[in-house]
Amino acid sequence: MPPTDPDRSPSPPAVAVDRLEVDRGGRPVLSGLSTTVPAGTVTGILGPSGSGKTTLIRSIVGTQKIKSGTVTVLGEPAGSKRLRRSVAYVTQDASIYPDLSVRSNVSYFAALYGRNRAAAMAAIESVGMGEFAGRLAGNLSGGQKTRTSLACALVCEPEVLVLDEPTVGLDPVIRDELWGRFRDLASAGKTLLVSSHVMDEAERCDRLLLLREGVFIADDTPGDLRAATGTDNLEAAFLHLIRELQKAG
Amino acid sequence: MSLRITFITAGRILRQLLNDRRTVVLILAVPSLIIALMSAIFDDERIFNSIGLILLAFFPFMLMFMVTSITLLRERTGGTLERLMTTPTAKLDLVGGYAIAFGLAAAAQTTIAGAVAFLFLGLETAGPVWAVFLIAIVTSLLGMALGLLVSAFATTEFQAVQFMPVIVVPQLLLCGLIWPREQMAGWLQGVSDVLPLTYAVEALGEVRVSSDITGAMWTDLGIVAGALLIAAALGAATLRRRTG
Repeated sequence: MPPTDPDRSPSPPAVAVDRLEVDRGGRPVLSGLSTTVPAGTVTGILGPSGSGKTTLIRSIVGTQKIKSGTVTVLGEPAGSKRLRRSVAYVTQDASIYPDLSVRSNVSYFAALYGRNRAAAMAAIESVGMGEFAGRLAGNLSGGQKTRTSLACALVCEPEVLVLDEPTVGLDPVIRDELWGRFRDLASAGKTLLVSSHVMDEAERCDRLLLLREGVFIADDTPGDLRAATGTDNLEAAFLHLIRELQKAG
Repeated sequence: MSLRITFITAGRILRQLLNDRRTVVLILAVPSLIIALMSAIFDDERIFNSIGLILLAFFPFMLMFMVTSITLLRERTGGTLERLMTTPTAKLDLVGGYAIAFGLAAAAQTTIAGAVAFLFLGLETAGPVWAVFLIAIVTSLLGMALGLLVSAFATTEFQAVQFMPVIVVPQLLLCGLIWPREQMAGWLQGVSDVLPLTYAVEALGEVRVSSDITGAMWTDLGIVAGALLIAAALGAATLRRRTG
């Protein structure tokens, strides 16, 4: 386990990644990532498609085979049995059952965590899917499937919520509401890791991990990142960092 | 492993099945229709008593193999398996859930097909009907376990269906349904000896000819159950929590 920097976070980090290396198909995907994520924050994992976001996320939830390094979540090795009650994972493609209704999908995941149907309905309402509760998930639009998948994770009231591109294809109003909800959860002490390739969402995170070709090119708050790169938006900051790296060869 | 989660999983799988009305109708009606067709083809009631009886166990075997291999493949490719592996669901909860849900489906199918065969088509056995039912259910669970195992080797539903002729047809051809085992070439008998469906058919043969439950029937059924446990354990081992 990496030593926790006492200046940065007084409480133990929710997630600590130490020299993580992952190969897929003999090709390195993540090359020596290290970071810590404080509890009660929203951390954005940003980077272009293919940069290793999903692989990093899968390493944190413990479904990825790793080559070396450690990932510690809430003080336990990622994927350990106890964490299965406190970490929830929303995959990029909605992982729900197309032949079940929205209500049955969410009720099923609720039941796995000992939650009742009322909790399931509350989670469905919270993602704005109340009026579609009786619909078969297979007949929903992409954004509705995503929201159903999200409700399946929210219903288990996890300590750590890991979301892989949860807002792709969503209505701007719903996207805004969801980010509001992510903020509320963080205020309540939950830890959220959200991957995205949309830079405007980065503004809403407490901290950003910028991932490119399997390495972090930034690990900072949005404000400090703008200041450090002398830019006024994060898209420009990201570009600036990449150009600096390219210049450095 | 948790009994509560196993039953929750079984409930979810049954709900998925029940939402698919057309499949439910096919599962419940088709075996009776085919057994009725067999009874019409084989005028000789001795032949029908033998073939109809074997079909009563073969249909649930084939059904469970097909539904399990395809639904599990969907779990694997649709991302729900990966998601479940991050929840408190244990691998055995999932396997147990499938066994309970599809075991109930197989029981419903066997009840209807058995009722049609025994009450309307004049199928007769010397032994008790419950023994036929028991053999059919154990055999259906064998189908489930083989389907679970096979789903690990298929990457598409199309491939999963292609495993049917590989796993099911040789067992059907060599179990004694098409031709008596004793009259097969020696090497074919040898192959037949290691195929679990052979023992299900032998157990049914015991019920057909003997009015008492025989030790041979229990031995045969035990072999089927052993094969089912091995296949289920191998199948559960293919459900990986961590993948590349």
